[in-house]
Amino acid sequence: MISQVFILSSKGDHLIYKDFRGEAKSDVVNVFYQMVTDLPADQPPVLMTHEGLHFIHVRQGGLYCVATTTANVSPFTIIEFLNRLTALIKDYCGSLSEKSVRMNFALIYEMLDEMLDYGYIQTTSTDILKNFIQTEAVSSKPFSLFDLRSVGLFGAETQQSKVAPSAAASRPIMSSRGDQEGKNEIFVDVVECLTVVIGSNGVLMKADIQGEIRVKCYLPSCSEMRIGLNEELSIGKSQLRGYGAAVRIDECSFHQAVRLDEFESYRILKICPSQGEQTVMQYQLCDDLPSAPPFRLFPTVERDSGDRLLIYLKMRCDLPPKSVVPSDFTTNLVLACILKPTTSLSQELSSPDQSAELQPSCKVIQWEIPRFPGGAQLSALFKVEVPGLSAASLLEVGPVCMSFELPKHTCTGLQIRFLRLSPAQPGPSQRWVRYLTHSDSYTIRI
Amino acid sequence: MPYLGSEETLKELKRALSNPSIQADRLRYRNVVLRVIRLMTQGLDVSPLFMEMVKASASVDMVQKKLLYLYMCTYAPLKPDLALLAINTLRKDCADSNPMVRGLALRNMCNLRMPGITEYIQQPVLAGLRDKASYVRRVAVLGCAKMQNLQPEAEIDGAVVNELYGLLRDPDPVVMVNCLRALEEMLKAEGGVVINKPIAHHLLNRLKELDSWGQSDTLTFLLRYEPRDEAELFDILNLLDGHLQSSHGAVATATLRLFLRLAAAHPAVQADALSRAQGPLLAMCASASRELRFAALCHVRRLLRSVATQYAAHYKRFFCSYSEPGYIRLCKMDILVELVNDENVALVLEELRAYCTDVLPELAQAAIFAIGRIGQMYSERCLGILVSLLGLRQEHITSAVLQTFRDLVWLCPQCTTAVCRAVASLEDSIQDSEGKQALIWLLGAHGDKISSAPYVLEDYIDSLKAELSSLVKLELLTATVRLFLSRPAETQDMMGRLLHYCIEEEGDMCVRDRALLYYSLLLCGVEDIRRILGGPTTDASLGVIAGHSEEPVDSWAPHFNTLELLLARGCWNAALSKGGFHSTGDFRLSVVHVRDGPHSSLSLSLEPALSPESFERHWLELDVSHVGPVTCPWPHCLPEALQAALQLVQIQVLAFSRPQSLPWKAYLYSHGDGTLILAEVLRDSTQGADHLQLTMKQVPRDKHVLQGFVAVLKSALQALSRDTS
Repeated sequence: MISQVFILSSKGDHLIYKDFRGEAKSDVVNVFYQMVTDLPADQPPVLMTHEGLHFIHVRQGGLYCVATTTANVSPFTIIEFLNRLTALIKDYCGSLSEKSVRMNFALIYEMLDEMLDYGYIQTTSTDILKNFIQTEAVSSKPFSLFDLRSVGLFGAETQQSKVAPSAAASRPIMSSRGDQEGKNEIFVDVVECLTVVIGSNGVLMKADIQGEIRVKCYLPSCSEMRIGLNEELSIGKSQLRGYGAAVRIDECSFHQAVRLDEFESYRILKICPSQGEQTVMQYQLCDDLPSAPPFRLFPTVERDSGDRLLIYLKMRCDLPPKSVVPSDFTTNLVLACILKPTTSLSQELSSPDQSAELQPSCKVIQWEIPRFPGGAQLSALFKVEVPGLSAASLLEVGPVCMSFELPKHTCTGLQIRFLRLSPAQPGPSQRWVRYLTHSDSYTIRI
Repeated sequence: MPYLGSEETLKELKRALSNPSIQADRLRYRNVVLRVIRLMTQGLDVSPLFMEMVKASASVDMVQKKLLYLYMCTYAPLKPDLALLAINTLRKDCADSNPMVRGLALRNMCNLRMPGITEYIQQPVLAGLRDKASYVRRVAVLGCAKMQNLQPEAEIDGAVVNELYGLLRDPDPVVMVNCLRALEEMLKAEGGVVINKPIAHHLLNRLKELDSWGQSDTLTFLLRYEPRDEAELFDILNLLDGHLQSSHGAVATATLRLFLRLAAAHPAVQADALSRAQGPLLAMCASASRELRFAALCHVRRLLRSVATQYAAHYKRFFCSYSEPGYIRLCKMDILVELVNDENVALVLEELRAYCTDVLPELAQAAIFAIGRIGQMYSERCLGILVSLLGLRQEHITSAVLQTFRDLVWLCPQCTTAVCRAVASLEDSIQDSEGKQALIWLLGAHGDKISSAPYVLEDYIDSLKAELSSLVKLELLTATVRLFLSRPAETQDMMGRLLHYCIEEEGDMCVRDRALLYYSLLLCGVEDIRRILGGPTTDASLGVIAGHSEEPVDSWAPHFNTLELLLARGCWNAALSKGGFHSTGDFRLSVVHVRDGPHSSLSLSLEPALSPESFERHWLELDVSHVGPVTCPWPHCLPEALQAALQLVQIQVLAFSRPQSLPWKAYLYSHGDGTLILAEVLRDSTQGADHLQLTMKQVPRDKHVLQGFVAVLKSALQALSRDTS
């Protein structure tokens, strides 16, 4: 059972505080903030204890969502509950940030009141909660479909002509304002997180894809949705289907509401989505990537005369030309211990729109690349002046860690063939399918 | 929190709340209330507005009502007299035709924590239990527990308890789970809600109707149930089977815990359950939520002590990624060390080698220590890596490598030559005291194999004045004397200087006393000191340590899926003891774990100390909780030895008869899990000289703790009699 729930901003401002059992005073909020900010980097902050009261928190959107308890309860229940709470805030308020929580605090209190009674979880289902919640969400900026300023446009397979901006799905699920534009929408996102380690000899040491299919539904009522996946999708190591290039995943699990009667033969998921966001399917693939990793690096590190280190990086993007454009592409070259306060950097980059700088706080050279089309090759030469450079220091350069997002691309090749709503929705409804590969950790050793 | 001009703000809000034109405008009225709640959240005391807020609660606006209930529940304990004014409105709402209004009013009425409220809420709660809307019944059931909590000394109403047991058959699943939760709290003194066979089967059959939260709670309640026979046990396990692979982590882990508990007598079933629950646990280890990932990793780390082989194939999942925070990476390194086997050792070491140059020094050092732990099994591969790390000439890396060397040399004597070669060619100086201690130890213990040892030690002796850490000084004293034994000619002069400095000028008493001790020993002659300092060394003929023995599943299963696993070993009791039974505020480190079979969860403690007078008073006041023979032979040792031995297991012997007298008596006490245990051990000649009779008194009573105490006492006596016979 949960004693208190509170939400703090990253600066420690109290945004939400609700006491369910009267077991502890409200000044523990400040105690918690003190403890969490004083904690050394290698100590786990997830569970902290103060005078018999346990604090369990999740950190999301720059906020601390904290639950306190005096009992020795299941940590998974509490953490999953807090994660569910943040997901619900996202659904109801459009986004999870200090600003949205501040503006919608009445709504969040109302939600908490229905979700927990005397510290026991009553319900967290959007369908049930929406009957009880009467406060209207205040969204931080008015939504407009034509607001295309934001970069990172996602393609939509079902609606060839139109493109949904990335911010389209971040608005409250319940809104009485009459913006008919985006009222009956449904978003299906296939999101994959890519973890890759490439050894110094160029060999792929570890590759791991964690993927999920998320549905965000704004339709007030939807009886059944059918999501058709690639028919040649095979699951597990042994099974192979179809003739062409098979799409394979190792393991998958489904939301409990998904009906799988047509999954075995036609790879169709049937679900009655409730309003808000839900993860319909999670899957993973280990070790055996169907295609080569998207980026390759050819590094050379040598010691110039005296205290100067020359690092030459050549990077190639192995994605099909033009179809995929990575966004937010950043390369971090870790210099770890060789970095001294007096280290200086000069660089030659292959095009003027890129930039690179030395970040002494995290001991990396950060190389930002705004455009990196498929098939292209980029290079950079870094000259690092390190006083007292020794031959051994060469061993300490690296690894290179890249972070990027690949819209319109999935590394497993999982695709959504079709998306059908039945019965057909009255009035105009829009269905969006978006693909995104996100680099969780893409590391290349030097 | 004092806010600038808070008084002004309060006055202004008070004016606004009582302004009739604002009261007439629903939206404006609600906005003022919103401002009050916002200030309340920020920590400002807005209780002076209570009167005005009570008036505002009479509104028909539901949103406003909810906000006001929140306000009232917060401040009712401060203003009980004013809160009574709101009761009428609340009671009226409890009879509203809309179930949502009824439920809301009832829930908040029960949340008003103030004295004397029970007489007002009793009737609505009882009516709520029979309400036709399930929403109201859910609230009313928990309302019973809240009511009990408000007046803990009042007697429990048997009729209510019966009604709650009856409501377990309610068609609404949340009402059912709430009944369990409420009964558990109300009957805490009697050991919580009773799970007998019909109830257990009823709960199991309805498990499917519950949402994941209800399922995980119900599974936890079922831990209490003891199946009658094997057939029933396997029926239950079959029913639960599907939940082992639930996509909700909390349900999967709660099911696994129940499996481990129920199948405690069937290790094969336990192993099977553990392998089937692997999927959900591994999925959580890769979850997008780092907190969930951490919790799962902590559980896997503990599981591995028993079933390391099951996870060995998945070792790559525990490779760290760049974006993970330090505490997750530390946890993963711990796990990697456990998973190493002949097939994956090369890849794991390569991976750990890459972490050694991490930006964070703590992580780099942890990776080096991890390599050192693997080195206890695969010493040659690891030594190569460790020696190459010295080449990086980074202070924190060198320090960690030296500490690893020290442990390796001690545990795997076959590494000594290679280590000595590496230490001999070491060029840099070390700054941190742990690294210095390790280096000095190595130089002292194996100085005969390191040619430069006297010169390095001499440097340390010469810079002794600048040394701050007394631990380094102590290590230096021992090492120098040891080196003197193996290489007297080179060391004698500097040892003399060192002893002189430590005896004459050193401010730290420990260092000075140690120096005096060595000085006196040296006066006794070289042979004596060689015998004392040489001590037992590890046997060089010992083979490679072939991994540690597997812990039984039962050693951690009772803590599975609890917060305890998220903390490092030993921290849990330390963390709790600050709060618990004796909140004297002192931090007790003297908590000893007695890991002994099924009672491993019990921790006894001697603090706070009990004086003989208060022991006597308690002994006379209390009733006997347990009398019985102790089935173990009497240790034929002196009572003083018995006293010392029992102190080790945190049991204090307060008084005992003279050694040879019969009947012989001893009085003991200990604290365990917030209870005080007093005991009398009687050795009576009438029933045979080895017969021991144990009489125990406990306050407050807890059978489980008492059993644990007996087990601890028994094992201590057994160990003692083994030693003396």
